[in-house]
Amino acid sequence: MSEDDERQQSPPSDLEFVSNKARNCNATGSGSGHPEFQSAYPDQVLENVLENVLHFLTSKRDRNAASLVCKSWYRVEALTRSELFIGNCYAVSPARATARFTRVRALQLKGKPRFADFNLMPPDWGAHFNPWALAMAKAYPWLEKVHLKRMTVTDDDLATLAELLLGFKELVLVCCDGFGTSGLAIFVNKCRQLKVLDLIESEVSDDETDWISCFPEGESQLESLIFDCVECHINFEALERLVANSPSLKKLRLNRYVSIGQLYRLMIRAPQLTHLGTGSFSPSEIAGQGDQEPDYVNAFAACKSLVCLSGFREIIPDYLPAIYPVCANLTSLNFSYANITAEQLKPIISKCHKLQVFWVLDSICDEGLQAVAATCKELRELRVFPVDPREDGDGPVSEVGLQAISEGCRKLQSILYFCQRMTNAAVIAMSKNCPDLVVFRLCIMGRHRADPVTGEPMDDGFGAIVMNCKKLTRLAVSGLLTDKAFDYIGQHGKLVRTLSVAFAGDSDMGLKYVLEGCPQLQKLEIRDSPFGDAALRSGLHHYYNMRFLWMSSCRLTPNGCQEIARAMPRLVVEVIRSADEEEMDDAVEILYMYRSLEGPRTDLPKFVTIL
Amino acid sequence: MTFEKDINIDATELRLGLPGTSEESERQASTTLRISNKRALPSVADEKQCDQETAPPTKAQVVGWPPIRSYRKNNLQTKKTEVETSGMYVKVSMDGAPYLRKVDLKIYKGYPEVLKALEDMFKFKVGKYSEREGYNGSEFVPTYEDKDGDWMLVGDVPWEMFVNSCKRLRIMKGSEARGLGCVV
Repeated sequence: MSEDDERQQSPPSDLEFVSNKARNCNATGSGSGHPEFQSAYPDQVLENVLENVLHFLTSKRDRNAASLVCKSWYRVEALTRSELFIGNCYAVSPARATARFTRVRALQLKGKPRFADFNLMPPDWGAHFNPWALAMAKAYPWLEKVHLKRMTVTDDDLATLAELLLGFKELVLVCCDGFGTSGLAIFVNKCRQLKVLDLIESEVSDDETDWISCFPEGESQLESLIFDCVECHINFEALERLVANSPSLKKLRLNRYVSIGQLYRLMIRAPQLTHLGTGSFSPSEIAGQGDQEPDYVNAFAACKSLVCLSGFREIIPDYLPAIYPVCANLTSLNFSYANITAEQLKPIISKCHKLQVFWVLDSICDEGLQAVAATCKELRELRVFPVDPREDGDGPVSEVGLQAISEGCRKLQSILYFCQRMTNAAVIAMSKNCPDLVVFRLCIMGRHRADPVTGEPMDDGFGAIVMNCKKLTRLAVSGLLTDKAFDYIGQHGKLVRTLSVAFAGDSDMGLKYVLEGCPQLQKLEIRDSPFGDAALRSGLHHYYNMRFLWMSSCRLTPNGCQEIARAMPRLVVEVIRSADEEEMDDAVEILYMYRSLEGPRTDLPKFVTIL
Repeated sequence: MTFEKDINIDATELRLGLPGTSEESERQASTTLRISNKRALPSVADEKQCDQETAPPTKAQVVGWPPIRSYRKNNLQTKKTEVETSGMYVKVSMDGAPYLRKVDLKIYKGYPEVLKALEDMFKFKVGKYSEREGYNGSEFVPTYEDKDGDWMLVGDVPWEMFVNSCKRLRIMKGSEARGLGCVV
């Protein structure tokens, strides 16, 4: 599960002015990686030693720091960096990246801003993988891994990866789109060394191609196959053969077109699985009522290594007891597509003593959360999604559930909680009970909703979170919030790197507090809040340290944004309109700005203007 | 069924066609009209629905809020709509009424709701229900045909069991109703 995983961030490789200058002055460049014999002998030894030592440096932060020491270190670090992470695909061009880093084996790229997930931006904004695919194929023929998030990938791109990269092993696409089953077919067919194919929350178009049958015959090295987001029927017999031929398969996540009967057949062939996505978890319509039901309990009992369970896409709760044998070992359970009640949850959750990650629907109500709190003492991450994602829908979970979790799950590090009502008291309680919180995302679905008990804004609750949770790096706020909430965040949220704001604040001061007070801020996304040009100006000192700033439906004007663009030449300032709107002179609908070494991108759609 | 005898009664209040038009088309036309009127006020006591028709613009859903990915929304919604379209529609007849109605049992949470709906639909009142005596105080008695083809009194079995076994509803009137053991 990698929906918005929290990642260790620091000034990543997409922007380093010092290094850039160093590179330009360095005439020899790094070529194919051979040692430079024009250096004097002692320098050569040093470089070789350095190269060997730097191979052990894996953290991005450490590598970035190392590259800044001096030219020599810069050069060697570039030679030895095998995993390249680029947090914004537009911050640096493929050419620049491949020129600096010549021995890359794994590439990780992120594209669209997160708010694009919620239809706030017209489609076809950009983040095309294509130029990267072509550049990689040329510069890194030995490339093994590609990990993309929120990028547009075409069938041709998949073909490029498969055909030109001979040893390609691992493809992970998270929240991507632009490709279909025919692209997958070519990809799986040509990638003979494929170990990992993970399609997570991506949009895959149904070209009616039977891609599962396109895996090569014979024994496969497949270790992970995740396709739960692929919304089309698959050839089950071919899948069964594939699983039977994949002795190393550890992770398998099926889509909802796989019935529970079919799941059974796969499970008995792959008892070594550690991660399982169950597919629909209901019988297919074809199965007659008189048919003998397989022994599902036995199938689960045989999977002694199973630690991560998900799926349940069209669950028939009667089948839930089948998973009892694995509950005691589970560290991760994803019920977020299973509309089950507290009563249906209790017998399961009461066995899940080792559970660390739990995703669930609010159909379990506060009562269900109380059951979680009673058993899951090791819980690190909780996500509660709404069955009814409307502003004025029913609210089965509330402050009661949050309070219970805070009291029962003291080791909690990350929470995402959708609800219709929340009190400051419960949030304050959580801030005190769960000091290890790193990620706190609360979504009170009714906009501008105050504390229903006191009638007060939610300022104090969020204030307590930033004050008491000293490790907090990611925060999402909601409910009725005044500038005071942002004052708290600016004063106490010293480690906050990602902040999401919606329908909050009173004036420019709100944004100012944050931009002036949070030195670690890297990703700021704001919508529908009364922040204007003056507030924007207050962040000039900081924008080069940030990955991006998103502001939509705020109070920005083109002049205000233009001012920023003029003051900061290495910032790309995009003004985005809804596709059907004409240019509006006096209001900026969406501002998306990010640091970049490349200047304005060349693949702009019509609805984007770069200032 | 007894109501078939009533087809030719002129006292049908919903005659829309000119005299001389066929009963069939009249019935269809008036049924359509009634349905469109009725659907605006579903029997599930629902002020929300009324609100939706006269609601100020702020009630409309805001784009991208709450922040749930469409993938997730669609996954839950496909299940919802699948349930909605399948529904559990059963025919309802009332003695003396010229044509049948249909109700979706799935949208009700219990007996009081569905009985109220029927009362509104056919403009009558049920009596008070007791386990021993059935419905007391009204000449109308709600009954249903179950899976085995037997006519049962509405309310005797648990709600879930009723929903799963009810094939059609009939609101009996007068003397026939007495046969099911109720006291008028």
